[in-house]
Amino acid sequence: MSTFSAIGEEREIDRDEYTPGVEPQPTWCPGCGDFSVLKALKQALPEVGRSPEETLLCTGIGCSGKLNSYLDTYGFHTIHGRSLPVARAAKLANPDLEVIAAGGDGDGYGIGGNHFIHTARENHDMTYIVFNNEIFGLTKGQTSPTSPKGHKSKTQPSGSAKEPIKPLSMSLNAGASYVARTAAVNPNQAKEILIEAIEHDGFAHVDFLTQCPTWNKDARQYVPYIDVNESDDYDFDKTDRVEAAEMMRETEESLYEGEVLTGRFYVDEDRPSYGAEKQAIGEMPEEPLAERYWDDDYEWERSHDMFLDKHA
Amino acid sequence: MTDDELIWRISGGSGDGIASTSQNFAKALMRSGLNVFTHRHYPSRIRGGHTYTEVRASSDPVNSRGDGYNFLLALGDSFARNPQEEAVYGNEEIKPLSENLDELREGGVIVYDEGLLDASEIPDFEERAEENDWHVYPLDLRGLARDQGREVMRNTAGVGATCALTGMDLDHVQDLMRDAMPEKILEPNLEILQIAYDQVREEHDVDAPDVSVPTGEHDETQLLMSGSDAISYGAIDEGCRFIAGYPMTPWTEVFTIMTKNLPKLGGISEQVEDEIAAAALAVGASHAGVKAMSGSSGGGFALMSEPLGLAEMTETPVVLVEAMRAGPSTGMPTKPEQSDLEHVLYTSQGDSQRVVLAPGTVEEAYEQSRIAFRLAYEYQIPSILLYDQKLGGEMTNVPKSHFDREPNPTLGKTLSEDALADEPHSADGKFHRFQHDVEDGVSPRSIPGQKGGRFLATGNEHDPTGHIAESPDNRVAQIDRRTQKLEAIRADLDTVDTGSYAGPDDAQYGILTFGSQQGTVEEAVGRLNDAGVSVKSYGVSDMLPFPTEQVEAFVESVDEVLVVEMTASGQFRGLVQKNLGRYGERLSSLLKYNGNPFEPAEIVDGFEAAIIEGDGDASGHQTTFVPAAGD
Repeated sequence: MSTFSAIGEEREIDRDEYTPGVEPQPTWCPGCGDFSVLKALKQALPEVGRSPEETLLCTGIGCSGKLNSYLDTYGFHTIHGRSLPVARAAKLANPDLEVIAAGGDGDGYGIGGNHFIHTARENHDMTYIVFNNEIFGLTKGQTSPTSPKGHKSKTQPSGSAKEPIKPLSMSLNAGASYVARTAAVNPNQAKEILIEAIEHDGFAHVDFLTQCPTWNKDARQYVPYIDVNESDDYDFDKTDRVEAAEMMRETEESLYEGEVLTGRFYVDEDRPSYGAEKQAIGEMPEEPLAERYWDDDYEWERSHDMFLDKHA
Repeated sequence: MTDDELIWRISGGSGDGIASTSQNFAKALMRSGLNVFTHRHYPSRIRGGHTYTEVRASSDPVNSRGDGYNFLLALGDSFARNPQEEAVYGNEEIKPLSENLDELREGGVIVYDEGLLDASEIPDFEERAEENDWHVYPLDLRGLARDQGREVMRNTAGVGATCALTGMDLDHVQDLMRDAMPEKILEPNLEILQIAYDQVREEHDVDAPDVSVPTGEHDETQLLMSGSDAISYGAIDEGCRFIAGYPMTPWTEVFTIMTKNLPKLGGISEQVEDEIAAAALAVGASHAGVKAMSGSSGGGFALMSEPLGLAEMTETPVVLVEAMRAGPSTGMPTKPEQSDLEHVLYTSQGDSQRVVLAPGTVEEAYEQSRIAFRLAYEYQIPSILLYDQKLGGEMTNVPKSHFDREPNPTLGKTLSEDALADEPHSADGKFHRFQHDVEDGVSPRSIPGQKGGRFLATGNEHDPTGHIAESPDNRVAQIDRRTQKLEAIRADLDTVDTGSYAGPDDAQYGILTFGSQQGTVEEAVGRLNDAGVSVKSYGVSDMLPFPTEQVEAFVESVDEVLVVEMTASGQFRGLVQKNLGRYGERLSSLLKYNGNPFEPAEIVDGFEAAIIEGDGDASGHQTTFVPAAGD
């Protein structure tokens, strides 16, 4: 039996394997868009052939962070905004794992914004799903980084004076090599995008519009949505950075005018992932580091033999 | 103060090669058979600003800087700002000479670069020299170096002059230069060394040196090593193959050494966006089954508070190092202090479940780096190695045999897939990663990718499978179990005994200290006993879990205890009292927080004034006495 025999195992995976046998303490409200992310993931993971025990799902804090309670894989429910640094280190330690990170818009674009920028910049081979509901849900309805300008809440009683974050543009500029937006109301597209994102070799960012029926009642249910890759009204090349930027800008502006544009906005299949870059400069081993600790034949190096003579 | 020692101080501007020159000279002295100890003083600047390094060399063991010094090589600051005028910084060019006179011992030697420095600019220089019986040698080091090639090699000329004036053979210095210098600059440097040496011997009568180099012999191979080196090698020998960090003085040294070496070991170093990420990466790598570390200094470590708490709650093994510098806030970035003690003990919300070790010497730094990893992985708890700019940067000789030990890459209580199959699981196959009743509170873990091992790690309170749970019974069981680990670690540490004791067992008085002041305290204890004062010392390394029994026994065995530490508020004394719960009337403090570590004489004088004479004030020193409760 190898050390990590769940990894790379050839077998049929049933989507029920991702469903915990014991119903967790319920957190999500009826009608919450988060259920759609869960469902799309349960569909996507068996299709890409990654089982619960070769998948590590790292989440942040907020309603979205409870994804770990509903999706039965190896999980790390981290702290607010910090799912990405935990996730990318796990990927470096064991590149054979399927690493997925997830969090809300406050988690990813607010408190964790710095990590988001740098993880995208480095192009780690992982998927990052941002549950974007334009609100802080778990803390009961405060204005979030993606709430529209003028959004009123108990923490912004006069209406927010801030322009919202533009997540797709930010992601592109930071260096993500796959950028998409989907919506909870569009399960088929969501599944397809998640499959592509997981299979993409690099940092895949999916901005997932998840309606909040409790705290963002006024907001749209993100319908009707338009798939910019399908619609005849839009014509752009998602592999062209300039055209992608233009399309993203239009998408981000139109969201606040009631038009929900979704789809794949940028795909760069040529950029090597961070792990590949690091291996190319000789700073990351070819074999997963995590395997070495189980290799009885490995001769562990000693500082005494390797580094001390220069001190003599 | 022993006469049979050379304390050589080389001073110049940042960028003048003070650090590398002093390191090579220290190594040459070590190779000649002497024990050496270095002390660095430098500003937070890239170029310019007065900096010096002291090299103390003796045939006796040296574990501290000395009192003052006896040989000055003043190069002058070639990167000085406003050399010609009085600016807010003063005339910087002259500082490497003018600023070092106060600590030069009577009868000491001054060599200065008259190519750069004009001693007549220093008020009363000649009178002071005469008064103190200093032997002054103005030499045009710059001109000499320029004639042979490059002005920057004037530090080599200074070393040649030093050798000539102290009666030291050039052999060891030449050997070292051959080892350390690239071909291109080696020849001119060797030439400059020889010419300076010959010139001084020609022009001056050096047959009876004013200050001479002692002779000594080592019976085994010695290494010149800093605390930062030792911490790094300890980590490597304990199987650490992952580090993440963000640059910050003085922690950068460990980060740099690890980063340089890890690729040679098939390991990974990550320089990341901030210290929150750095600590979180270490947690992530450890969770995925790799031995991992991170670290920082004061302000950067503050950012690690939250990931530290996450590691405690998820019981993810991780080692963090904290290289203290003078605070608060940005404080004095290049100056040592021990005032992050409470920060490191208590930062992060909730009840702390961590290990904090503060090594006292370079040897202990290696040892305790290994212990920190072993405890972290065996007990699934974060371990913090607390040290400071002093221990991190000072270099001393350590026998090579000290490091001749087996590596220990084990992950602690981590289950194989076979073993996992026999462990409790929930009905749907989730592994009980956080079982309530387990030996020493340590519940064995699995690694992502293992069959039969899936669980949830979460910063929320959780049930045995890791799922969020807030029932009172589960809460009490989990927090009691996690806390129980600290008792087991205390018992474990009792078998290792990281404490360092000096002085006679039956001494009347005691000195308590922690971390990097230990060597200086021990030298002071030696001198006090030589002077007929009955005193012993205990250098404590285990900050958490605290060795309450051992410290209590020490305090109980003496009449009075002076607690020596580099803080302004007596943090270590507070920790002692918190753990002992009494003896407040027996503990007084000697504090220093001016940016420089204690010299042995400051402790000797401070002890005599405070404990023997009882009036508390040691005149002439920048130390502070705080009396015992009730005094």
